[in-house]
Amino acid sequence: MLEITDLRADIDGKPILDGLTLTVGAGEVHAIMGPNGAGKSTLGYVLAGRAGYEVTGGSVTLGGVDLLALDAHERAAAGLFLGLQYPVEIPGVSNLTFLRTALNAQRRARGEAEASGAEFMRLARAEAEGFGLSLDMLKRPVNVGFSGGEKKRNEMVQMAVLGPRVAVLDETDSGLDIDALRVVADGINRGRSPARATLLITHYQRLLDYVVPDRVHVLVAGRIVRSGGPELARELEASGYALDQAA
Amino acid sequence: MTALPTRRDEAWRYSDLAAVERAWPLAPAATLAIGPGEHATRTIVQDGGNATAVDALDVTIAAGGSLTLHILAMGGDFGRVAVDVTLGDGARFDLGGVILGRGDAVREIVTTVRHAAPNATSRQVIRTVVDDRATGSYLGKVAVARHAQKSDAVQSIKALLLARGATANAKPELEIFADDVKCAHGATVGELDANALFYLASRGIAPAEAKALLTEAFITDALAGAPELAERAIAWLRA
Repeated sequence: MLEITDLRADIDGKPILDGLTLTVGAGEVHAIMGPNGAGKSTLGYVLAGRAGYEVTGGSVTLGGVDLLALDAHERAAAGLFLGLQYPVEIPGVSNLTFLRTALNAQRRARGEAEASGAEFMRLARAEAEGFGLSLDMLKRPVNVGFSGGEKKRNEMVQMAVLGPRVAVLDETDSGLDIDALRVVADGINRGRSPARATLLITHYQRLLDYVVPDRVHVLVAGRIVRSGGPELARELEASGYALDQAA
Repeated sequence: MTALPTRRDEAWRYSDLAAVERAWPLAPAATLAIGPGEHATRTIVQDGGNATAVDALDVTIAAGGSLTLHILAMGGDFGRVAVDVTLGDGARFDLGGVILGRGDAVREIVTTVRHAAPNATSRQVIRTVVDDRATGSYLGKVAVARHAQKSDAVQSIKALLLARGATANAKPELEIFADDVKCAHGATVGELDANALFYLASRGIAPAEAKALLTEAFITDALAGAPELAERAIAWLRA
């Protein structure tokens, strides 16, 4: 579903991704772990098409579509979702307006019928409740006054409503207490389906106690240096990244 | 005003003086007197085509009275709304003002709020959105008389520049002769938040739509109590 081949990217002329290759198949959950500065967040931003990240080589396809040829909003319509480590506050724009505008923009771009008001509200209400957010909170401005945990739950609500084919979740577990972590993990597990590939970017093994990945990859200095099964996460938790960084 | 203003007149320093001269002599200021305990709501909208538009309003608000005024300045090559408000004991003045400009338009809101008696409150919220080479200015003077204790005045001024060639001026000014007052002002001039634009794009919202959403959100504070004006402003922004 998601194929990344020899991806290279710079920020301000400084190489951050240095030949990253990774394939996440439909229905699979992969985890990328790595020390600070390895390029984990950069990978998320490059996949999503954020300005300021220059791709200098390699390719990325989503279901065969060349993602790198698309603008950020077109990538979303193609089925990519990036859950942000630090979700942005947008004063004056309600969560519901934001989400409905996004859902219908994606549907229009794909040539699908837009969601009616009633259809959208049913969807939003159900998903909000599933992630422990009230409909009242969705009426408030995007992430304004939300706690760290509520912002991450809100990312999950957005993911569930938008229904991406590829979900890239950047440190979605950071800043969560144990209850919120369980709720978010349940959501990721519910979203596991043959129609979705999921890439978890994480610094800690904690989330992987609740979402057992099919594969774990170690990212160091902009490339994958080691891959393994779920046991690799535990091993890293015990031994750290020193060995991989020295290699 | 009997003589043409010049650049040295503080209240006219950002005006299009050539346009003022063409429109000279200006009509005298309209007057509005709010009686004791009376509550009133008014709107001033400038949305004409190319003509110079100058509106001036002198207001007195008697003890315990209040006025809520909304201003939408989005018309005329040169548009100016000047408001002079004198507040009695315990009176209240709320102003929500929006300046919208594109092309070469020059538009401004100029206020003088006189806390002439104790216990009066004034709230001014001004939002300016300028594109192309347009100029939007707010000059707001708050004058608190010596005996006007417990005066409470707030000015919130924010401007959004949608193009590098656009200009916004914000000039809050306090003249305070009393010692037991609360007067606050904040002024910011900025561009659309790049983080917010990326966030919207990452969810599938195209740049033009994202820009419109953020710009509309930016002006909502000022027109919260005036839905009809908000609609007109949004229509202008989307035009």
